[in-house]
Amino acid sequence: MEKLKCGVFKFTGCAGCQMEILRAEDALPQLLELIEITYWPMVTTKDWEEDLDVAFVEGSVSTPREIREVKEIRERSRILVAFGDCAVTGCIPSIRNFITQREAEKAVYPNPIWIESIGLRGISEYVDVDVSLPGCPPHRNTILEVVKGAVLKRRPYLRHHSVCVECKLKDNGCLLTEEKRPCMGPVTNAGCGAICPSLNRVCEGCYGPMSAPNAESMAQILLETGLTEEDVKRKFRKYAGWTPEYRKEAT
Amino acid sequence: MSERKINVDYISRVEGQGGIDLYVTRDGELRDAKVRIFEPPRFFEAFMVGRKYDELMELAARICGICPVSHEISALRAVEDALGVEVSEATKRVRKLMAMSALISSHVLSVYFLTLPDYFGGRDLIEVAGENPGLLKRGLELKRLGNDLTELIGGRSVHPVTAVVGGFTNSISKGDADAMRKRLIEAKSDSLETVDLFKELDIPEFARKCEHVAISRPDSYAINEGQLASTEGIYAPQREYRRFIKEDQVPHSTGKHSTVKERESFLVGPLARVNINFKQLSPDAREAAKSAGLRVPDYSPFRSPLARAVEVVHCINECIEILEAMPYHEEPVQVKIRAGDGYAITEAPRGVNYHHYTLNRGGITTKVDLVPPTCQNYRNMEMDLKELVPPILDLQDEEIAQRCQMLIRAYDPCISCSVHAIRIHEVK
Repeated sequence: MEKLKCGVFKFTGCAGCQMEILRAEDALPQLLELIEITYWPMVTTKDWEEDLDVAFVEGSVSTPREIREVKEIRERSRILVAFGDCAVTGCIPSIRNFITQREAEKAVYPNPIWIESIGLRGISEYVDVDVSLPGCPPHRNTILEVVKGAVLKRRPYLRHHSVCVECKLKDNGCLLTEEKRPCMGPVTNAGCGAICPSLNRVCEGCYGPMSAPNAESMAQILLETGLTEEDVKRKFRKYAGWTPEYRKEAT
Repeated sequence: MSERKINVDYISRVEGQGGIDLYVTRDGELRDAKVRIFEPPRFFEAFMVGRKYDELMELAARICGICPVSHEISALRAVEDALGVEVSEATKRVRKLMAMSALISSHVLSVYFLTLPDYFGGRDLIEVAGENPGLLKRGLELKRLGNDLTELIGGRSVHPVTAVVGGFTNSISKGDADAMRKRLIEAKSDSLETVDLFKELDIPEFARKCEHVAISRPDSYAINEGQLASTEGIYAPQREYRRFIKEDQVPHSTGKHSTVKERESFLVGPLARVNINFKQLSPDAREAAKSAGLRVPDYSPFRSPLARAVEVVHCINECIEILEAMPYHEEPVQVKIRAGDGYAITEAPRGVNYHHYTLNRGGITTKVDLVPPTCQNYRNMEMDLKELVPPILDLQDEEIAQRCQMLIRAYDPCISCSVHAIRIHEVK
């Protein structure tokens, strides 16, 4: 069987998603029998020459150069993966979309004229995406599932339900209904395995919105746990405030 | 003949997006050397204003996917400083355990995956592993050990979740602590062999004396807490960082350049730490360092990877000690919100990581000032290039470019971090 040609690209992000690929230590040696890393500047000096079967794009688009680059990657890749929250929703850095570009630049740089930056967006704003892999970072098992899908020529099985299902599967007590703590689990996309609630911390929503969340009702429930309206706005704005699902509650 | 320009468009095997530009005059003199940083800015210091004290560690973690632990702990300690919270000794120990676990994985990644291919003549570790399968295996296992320890404490290794203001949301069981301790004991020989590797490597003979800066304390190897110290005599509380260090924006870099006020550029990171805190290293780490050719103080940037390997030996030792006294069961300290300023410096794998927050009476930030390590090193990298390049200008452009990339890799820059690390002036 011919190996799948894979590339990993970094846009505006923190490299944590790339680190999570390297976290699949157990699977890496076998994985390399199925795929070939054709381009991944963080770990190899190889230049990008051949077109790709699978392109993982980590990070958001936030400069004109990145718009050009993401379009080129789209043209030269069979399967384009929006890899992690920044590529899917904009993640935490999208909080800055709620202040003006001018304000952000002036606040940070004495000479904003040297800076080339535009509003921060997920990559689907500019190109068609084949697979959206949410998470900050996406769990390594979901990364392997995407590769598996590509190898077997089928859609990857990714979850689109809420974190609550994962809590139930783990037999966790409910932090929201039993302890009245402000947990974002009911609207948050699963995939992490309910890491935070299992460790006595409420879900903060780092996998972005699940499919068709009821954000309005979630906001009401959060108020009932004792949060202020400003607190609720901050919760929705944190990981995916710029998405249509959360925009109203985040503004 | 026009001016000769040697450049690297996109430095590979480092985190983030940067390049190198060398300008050589017609007379064959190096006119300028620039480390060009084109990583897009993310404006953390702007959007972290207006956020609440209990989520700052979570936001700050996202500055960097390789050193999220250091950003979390800097943010937590700065917030605790502002609120006047004193955490327990047990919390301090677990935080140090977590910081060292991240240091181990980051350093091993840097040494094995980013640095060694240069010395073994491969484009990446996978190619090198063709002839040296042991290297890939050992590199993966040591990296995994660090990551697994972070995950044991924090739920996951990238952006861990259990460290909160006042303490931790959970604790490690005795069984897990013992199993991890056993793995660390077994890994000691691998860490010593990693240091030994450097005896065989053809490390470029290049040294340039410059100021080294790290945090320091007399009683232990400083990672999360200490005084700001330097080889040129700085010794001051962490809140006085800005009294000594200034930053300037330069046109060719989205990461700012730092200098010590009224002096020059400086170095932060493993080599600076080992030089300043050599006495506090564990005895076998000191012994290993000497036997592999580290001279203290050592001013060769090409021996930074060796300093990383030495720190891995030390961290494994200290992690074993801390785990011996596990488990700890404690609830996070209760917090009373008040207005104020808080400061903290931790040692990220790449060096001094300074956070400063101003909170209002509601515990909401009104000002955020962050200085991760890599931006503090940019100017020093350029100063090194300016001395490294002239004697090798008779080489082919490609060889010169390769040597320069090796230098930058020795710094192990974390470019994403550095570009989100710029001073903000008060917004409201």
